[in-house]
Amino acid sequence: MSNAPQGNDPRLDRRAAMHALLDGRGDLLLVTGLGSTTYDAAAVADDDRNFYLWGAMGAAAMVGLGLAIARPERRVLVVTGDGEMLMGLGALATIGVQRPPNLAIVVFDNARYAETGMQPSHTDFGVSLTGVARSCGIDAVFDISDEAGLRDLAALLPRFERTIFARVAIRADEPPRVLPSRDGVFLKNRFRRALGE
Amino acid sequence: MPETSSQTSPPTADWRDGIFAALKAADIRQVGYVPDAGHSRLIELCEADREIRTVRLTSEEEGIGLAAGAWLGGQRAVLLMQSSGVGNCVNLLSLAKSCRFPLTMLVTMRGEWGEFNPWQVPMGTKTQAALELMDVLVYRVEHPGDAAETVTAALDIAFNGELATAVLLSQRLIGAKRWVK
Repeated sequence: MSNAPQGNDPRLDRRAAMHALLDGRGDLLLVTGLGSTTYDAAAVADDDRNFYLWGAMGAAAMVGLGLAIARPERRVLVVTGDGEMLMGLGALATIGVQRPPNLAIVVFDNARYAETGMQPSHTDFGVSLTGVARSCGIDAVFDISDEAGLRDLAALLPRFERTIFARVAIRADEPPRVLPSRDGVFLKNRFRRALGE
Repeated sequence: MPETSSQTSPPTADWRDGIFAALKAADIRQVGYVPDAGHSRLIELCEADREIRTVRLTSEEEGIGLAAGAWLGGQRAVLLMQSSGVGNCVNLLSLAKSCRFPLTMLVTMRGEWGEFNPWQVPMGTKTQAALELMDVLVYRVEHPGDAAETVTAALDIAFNGELATAVLLSQRLIGAKRWVK
């Protein structure tokens, strides 16, 4: 996988990237962050084991942490955007201390706030999310900007055994929105039911 | 609530043990916290317990997500924080409310009885109002003998009713922080 600096091209298509991560997802549990990663997941396939955040910006990684601790026998994938991750950077420090072996955090980084009109985010000015993750003690850190790197990451998801942080460079575009349910109680209950709770 | 009671027993460590027993009885398995003097004994008890996973947070708002994730996975979590931390949680409480995640926050109060630091006063005097603004059910403990059963009641409502609750542990109960060496 590439260790090239951020801002490098080529960048990946976000929908194709989400599809690559979820293709053959096995029993992976998915949490997505406020905004486009939720639409990406819904565009691939809505699933009872997807929990979409429609608010609580900055919380995606922490929801993943609580879930990963509660279900050590399952692997948990959080996919969120750079803006959402930037709002909860402290979570990376908290996760770096806990280091659950079954939690993977993937940030789709287009260096933009797509939801609010494509304004540049801090990553567009050189803030390195992989650098933050590494500094927080997460040791499996990947910076991905090509399809080979993405395939390697997808292949890891069914079998990883240590905390993963991956930044995936995606193009700043807005594919047609695919909106899953916004009913939080429904999303919560179906997720728990899928886990037998 | 009015500060009236016939109880005369001084605050002791026992009420903290009582809260810990209440957490155990409710099968709490994750405890998110920001280090705090008032909660220090409870945090130590939780860290020493093999069935409880303690999660040190950088900011209290992280705990709202943690507790939601725990519940999604079938575990119960509580959050321990100081009154100043409640202010950090306000937007994130929309997660608990929108999804009806059960949530119990145990809050040690600052900015009230015998407070030395005036910077604690603005948030301390608005803690209950801030929680109620977000529809969190708030219970307040003034006397050591009430602590355990109040926490039990808050946990019961949270996990049986899928609602957000908070227990405010008054500064008089905890003992004002001593600044003079």
